[in-house]
Amino acid sequence: MVVMSPEEQFQAIIDAEDKIEPPDWMPDGYRKTLIRQIAQHAHSEVIGMQPEANWITRAPTLYRKAILIAKVQDEAGHGLYLYSAAETLGVKRDEMQELLHQGKHKYSSIFNYPTLSWADMGTIGWLVDGAAITNQVMLTRGSYGPYARAMVRICKEESFHQRQGYEVLIRLCQGSPEQKAMAQDSINRWWWPALMMFGPHDSDSTHTEQSMKWKIKRVTNDDLRQQFVDMTVRQADYLGLELPDPDLRWNEERGHYDFGDIDWEEFWHVVKGNGPMNRERVAHKVKAWKDGAWVREAATAHAKKREARSAA
Amino acid sequence: MTYEVPVAPGEKAEIEETTELSGESWPMWEVFVRAHRGISHVHIGSLHAPDVETALENARDVYTRRGEGVSVWVVPSTEVHAFEPDAAADYVEANEKVYRLATTYEIPEEVGQM
Ligand SMILES: [Fe+2]
Ligand SMILES: [Fe+2]
Ligand SMILES: [Fe+2]
Repeated sequence: MVVMSPEEQFQAIIDAEDKIEPPDWMPDGYRKTLIRQIAQHAHSEVIGMQPEANWITRAPTLYRKAILIAKVQDEAGHGLYLYSAAETLGVKRDEMQELLHQGKHKYSSIFNYPTLSWADMGTIGWLVDGAAITNQVMLTRGSYGPYARAMVRICKEESFHQRQGYEVLIRLCQGSPEQKAMAQDSINRWWWPALMMFGPHDSDSTHTEQSMKWKIKRVTNDDLRQQFVDMTVRQADYLGLELPDPDLRWNEERGHYDFGDIDWEEFWHVVKGNGPMNRERVAHKVKAWKDGAWVREAATAHAKKREARSAA
Repeated sequence: MTYEVPVAPGEKAEIEETTELSGESWPMWEVFVRAHRGISHVHIGSLHAPDVETALENARDVYTRRGEGVSVWVVPSTEVHAFEPDAAADYVEANEKVYRLATTYEIPEEVGQM
C-alpha cells in the first residue's frame, strides 16, 4: 500500500472533485487563502448594504421600497452565511468584523462608488449583482465544503437581485426621455467599475495557479469577465441603452465580444482605499456598530438574568 | 473581487486574523432546518445569539426567508460532539466488511425478487 502524505491525501480529495470539510487536515496556505477570501466576501455583502440602503426612503413606490428592503436584508444574510463559513476555519466573526472596522480587512471595491440616482438601484442589481453571480456560480464548485454550500444558497437569492434590478431599468427605459437619460447616465458610471469587479488581468493576478490547483478558484479573472460581457451586451441592447465603450464589438473569429481597456490606475486607487466612498463606508459601519452597542448589551443582560432565574 | 482580494503592488498578501475585542461575544448556535414534512432536519449553518429565543428568531429570519423550512432547530455549538478526524480509519475498516451488504449474496433467479 502506498502511504500518502497528508498533503497528497488533501490534494487527492480535491482532484477527485470531493469537498474538503472543516475537520480535515489542510495546508496552512489553503486555510489562509480561504479566510482572506471568505472574510472579504462577507465584508462585501455587509458593506454592500449601504449604497442601496441609501435609496430605501426615496424609492418611487411602496412596492419598490419593499423589494429594496428585501434585497438589503438578503445581503445581511449573505454576510452571515459567509462569516459562518469562515468561522469553520477557526476565526471569530467578531474579530473579522473588528479588523474590518480597523481598516485591516478589505471588501469589494465596487461598494466605494456612490449611488447618485434611483436608476442606480436598477444598475446595481443588473450589473453589480450580475457580476457577483458570475463569480459566485463558479464558487459553488469550490473545494471547501462550507464555502461552496453558502454559495449555493446565495446564488438562489442573487437571481432575485439581478432580475428586480433589470426590471427597474426596463421601466425607466419605457418611461419619459428624462427617465431613460437617467438610466443611461447610471450605466455610464457603473459599467467600468462592474468590469473591475473581476479583478486584475490574469497576468497581474497573484496566486492564480495555486488557487486553481486547490480549486478555490476555477475560472480565471479574464475568462469570467469575458463571460459577463458576452451575456450583458444583449441585455443592454434590449433596454436600448449604450454600454460606454467605443471598442465594444463582436469578434466573429473569437466568438466573443472585444472590449476596451480597463483603467487600472483607477482600480488600484480604489483598492488602496482612495475611492470616492471608502472612508465614508467604513465610518458608517463603525458608527452603526457603536450605536447598536446598547441593544447588544441589553440582550446579553437579559439572557443572563433569565439564566440566573431558571437556575434558581 | 472575484472575491479574491487583489494585492496592490508593494502590499503583503496575508491578512490579520485576530485582534483584541472590547465587549462580550455571543455564543454560537448550529442551525438545522426541516425543508418540508417527511424529511429530517438538515444542518444549514450557524449564527451568534445571546439566548435560545433570539437564536431561534434569527435562524428563522436568516435561513428561512423564502419558505425553505417548516421547522427549525438551534443547538449550542459547544453541545455538538464529533469523532476526531483520525477516526476516519474506522470507517474504512467498515467498508471491508462486505458480508454486511445485501449485494454480497447471490439469490437464484428462479425464486424471484428478494
Ligand atoms: Fe449578496
Ligand atoms: Fe455577493
Ligand atoms: Fe445581491
